[in-house]
Amino acid sequence: MTASAVPVLLVLLVAVLFAALFLVLSYWLGPRRRDPLKESPYECGIPARGTVQIRFFVRFFLVALFFLIFDLEAVFLYPWVLVFRSSLESGAAAFALGEMGVFLAILVTGFVYVWRKGGLEWQ
Amino acid sequence: MNIIQHVANLLIRSVFHADPASWPWTWLVQAVVIGIAAFLAFAFVAIFAGPVSWIERRIAGRIQSRIGPNRVGPQGVLQWLADGVKCWLKEDLVPAAADRPLFLAAPYLVFTGMFGAFVVLPFGAQVVAADLNVGILYLLAITSLVVVGLLMAGWGSNSKWALFGGVRSAAQLVSYEVPSAFSLLCVVLLAGTLSTQGIVAAQGGWPWDWFIFRNPFMFAAFFLYFTAAIAEGNRTPFDLPEAESEIVAGYNIEYSGMRFLFFLFAEWANIWIMAAISAFAFLGGWQIPGIAPEQIAATKGWEFVGWQALSWTIFLVKATFLVFVVIQIRWTLPRLRVDQLMITCWKYLVPLSMLMVLGVLVLLALVPEGGGADTILRGAMVGLGLAVVLVSALRVRRTFRVDREHYREMEGRDLWYPPYRLP
Repeated sequence: MTASAVPVLLVLLVAVLFAALFLVLSYWLGPRRRDPLKESPYECGIPARGTVQIRFFVRFFLVALFFLIFDLEAVFLYPWVLVFRSSLESGAAAFALGEMGVFLAILVTGFVYVWRKGGLEWQ
Repeated sequence: MNIIQHVANLLIRSVFHADPASWPWTWLVQAVVIGIAAFLAFAFVAIFAGPVSWIERRIAGRIQSRIGPNRVGPQGVLQWLADGVKCWLKEDLVPAAADRPLFLAAPYLVFTGMFGAFVVLPFGAQVVAADLNVGILYLLAITSLVVVGLLMAGWGSNSKWALFGGVRSAAQLVSYEVPSAFSLLCVVLLAGTLSTQGIVAAQGGWPWDWFIFRNPFMFAAFFLYFTAAIAEGNRTPFDLPEAESEIVAGYNIEYSGMRFLFFLFAEWANIWIMAAISAFAFLGGWQIPGIAPEQIAATKGWEFVGWQALSWTIFLVKATFLVFVVIQIRWTLPRLRVDQLMITCWKYLVPLSMLMVLGVLVLLALVPEGGGADTILRGAMVGLGLAVVLVSALRVRRTFRVDREHYREMEGRDLWYPPYRLP
């Protein structure tokens, strides 16, 4: 595993270096004329009003929670799926299916609950 | 043995006259070869992204009854170079109110997240930077880095539009990650491995060996994945994070010059990565019809190179075809509303993709591979796939005809030109 991680790290390093090279080059090539108007936040040409730390829709937070639960569920399924093939050959498929069925049933119950509660509405 | 070790060993033998197995600097040579491979991948993305962005603008022009870029170079083919150079020469602007470290670091994260995906993409029979045994999980993880980058950009810009755009794209990307993860789960279920090369090896060259035509659930899983991938790539009809009529430009509004270009570039490359994932996970990847991967690995010299090149070409053609499908979808469908976007994902795609996993599981247990029922299923699915392609081709042809008639009626003469001849 450590041996196969080396190319990944190297490629990521190359990516960061590339990005840095291009950005440094553009820093040299481009002009630099500072101007308070130019550096003010863009609000369609009108001077910015109020603070940017505005309140936003609470649903975004809910979506993040759902994502955590369901994406973790999917990621938990990946190793199980790998084992499922071998358990299919060894005849233990019913056991493997049953175990995962319990896990999935709990999550699906949660999903149905969220749906019924209106957690998936976006109004 | 993958091509990188191959090349490294060859180099060590011919240049340093040493035995790669015992030589102490083997790892260094391998590292250098990987670095060069990464550079080539980067160059490939850059060179591929440019012309296709031009093609996309020409197609867009055609669909919207205008001409599109045709000034720089013959037919405007060099437009992308001009755009790149222009962005390079622009001022690197940082808003005074911005959170400087976040604002400056965001493009790096987006770029690295996009570029990191190329490590595990199986370009050809032996051409992959690193055949990780956790390939698919790695893909899911590294592409999530983009979300962090977008949120950083949105928050760090300290602008209301950027914040809206950042939050929106984060919500959209994480939502659509769930159905795409479930759809890829079906593929892993059939392949029995997470390694990207293993997934390609589990398929075959002929269409009936591809995972998409394995059974009806895989067929549906492909379309679910493709839809989710378009949404993850922020393309119309799911391009709400940058809906110009609502929030001007989204998370990248305060960016200029090269930093802005990085966001565009990452977005474009993301489309290509999604198309490549669909191609290798569902459409057979680089598999050449009629020749097994082991036979390719056994060939020597130029024959080996020839087979490699052919497998590479097959993979690129499949991926590029899907890119064009994405482009056509982008310029054909209108944009969804935010609530529709979220409901599409959570109420339709997520339960459906879970059902697909269940269906594939059941079929895997009930229908033995290679049996009569399996053959019938595959044949029926290939027929269905052919029908889908045929119907869409006929529809495109009909649209072209209607288009031409329209011009003739309106202008009294032929203003219409065939798709292969641009004005």
